[in-house]
Amino acid sequence: MEIPKIVGAGLVVIGAGIGIGRIGGSAMDAIARQPEATGKIQTAMLIAAALIEGIGFAALFAV
Amino acid sequence: MVISNKPLRFIIAILIACLPIFGLANTPSEDTPVQTETTAVAHEATPVAGEETSEIKQQIKEVIDHHVLDGHEFSLFEDAATGAHYGFPLPIILWDNGVHVFSSSKFHHGETVAESNGNFYKLHHEKIYKTDADGTLIEEHGHPTNAKPIDLSITKGVFTLMVVALLMFLLFTSLAKSYAKNGGISSGFGRLFEPIVLYIRDEIAIPNIGEKHYKRYMSYLLTIFFFVWFLNIFGLTPLGINVTGNIAITFGLAVITFVITTLTANKNYWGHIFWMPGVPTPMKIILAPIELLGVFIKPFALMIRLYANIFAGHVVLMSLIGLIFIFKSWLGSSLSFLLSFAISIIEILVALLQAYIFTMLSALYFGSAVEEHHHEEAH
Repeated sequence: MEIPKIVGAGLVVIGAGIGIGRIGGSAMDAIARQPEATGKIQTAMLIAAALIEGIGFAALFAV
Repeated sequence: MVISNKPLRFIIAILIACLPIFGLANTPSEDTPVQTETTAVAHEATPVAGEETSEIKQQIKEVIDHHVLDGHEFSLFEDAATGAHYGFPLPIILWDNGVHVFSSSKFHHGETVAESNGNFYKLHHEKIYKTDADGTLIEEHGHPTNAKPIDLSITKGVFTLMVVALLMFLLFTSLAKSYAKNGGISSGFGRLFEPIVLYIRDEIAIPNIGEKHYKRYMSYLLTIFFFVWFLNIFGLTPLGINVTGNIAITFGLAVITFVITTLTANKNYWGHIFWMPGVPTPMKIILAPIELLGVFIKPFALMIRLYANIFAGHVVLMSLIGLIFIFKSWLGSSLSFLLSFAISIIEILVALLQAYIFTMLSALYFGSAVEEHHHEEAH
């Protein structure tokens, strides 16, 4: 288990975490501004999160 | 009898929570027979806990492998202490200058050599090799280099595919027939799927593909959604059937999406790839290869996304359940149990979400394939 591989996998997970965190934050702001659009915002948020998570699994290829 | 979605989810969650009980079938005990070659190459020895922990880790590894890897027989679990296997054999179909069909029970879980029409075959790590009567495997760097016949067997995954296909067929044909019998209103268990079908039509198909063409793709989108969803849920059971976590299966699904997109594309689709309107000509020449690459990368990402999500989910869940046995204390084991329970709930959500994402992205690609030409507005 080489160190660069582990560090690379960690960076991928950090990237995915930051990405999904930002989407969640923007979704919260948007829902706070317009509570009646909660359904649409939640759907869009889940879709974007799943797409980013798909990239996050590239970390598995390092291990 | 109507069962709405929520109690069904709760029941599934309770069943998943009972997963650790099935893990007890493989409890490590003092007189556990050492497993075959795998233990000999175990480098997992922890200096502190010593032999016992590494043996438990080896057994956990075996359970995980049994769960996520495909197998030539449907083995539900095996009693490590007595060596008895519970499960049923599946047909092995080989092409080796002629078709050989026999039952996987001839392999006796990888111990004996199977004989069929004069050829001898041995099962080694779920791969079939052609050998002589003694079952010798010529090894090179740890991998046997015998000839391998073309393996078309009905494995665990193929069997599950057929079962799910039959299940979906029966479910949806009975639902469709109930509309005719009841004068426009469905009856029976299938009523639970009607709002889902409408959701796929109104929120996924029509916004992405458009009113004119969506009907052609509806059957494929519905099939893909329920197929992936049911297979994901089946994979969460302790039966050890992991179909969508198999890259060959997701490759097949992605290829079908790609083929449908390419074959039903109109001129605008190819125009947007190779000669996109509204872009200066030097940029067009630079962008064309990138867009062409994108045509292949989009289904590739579909394949990887579904495979990695489901495979990783299973491995993480099984590892956490294995952690219950590594911590032999009350506190550690119960915390691991609660954590694996929570992760199981998330996996149920992921099962539905991944099916939804696959369907939605397929609809998006179909939509871009049949897009009509939009005239640019004057600035």
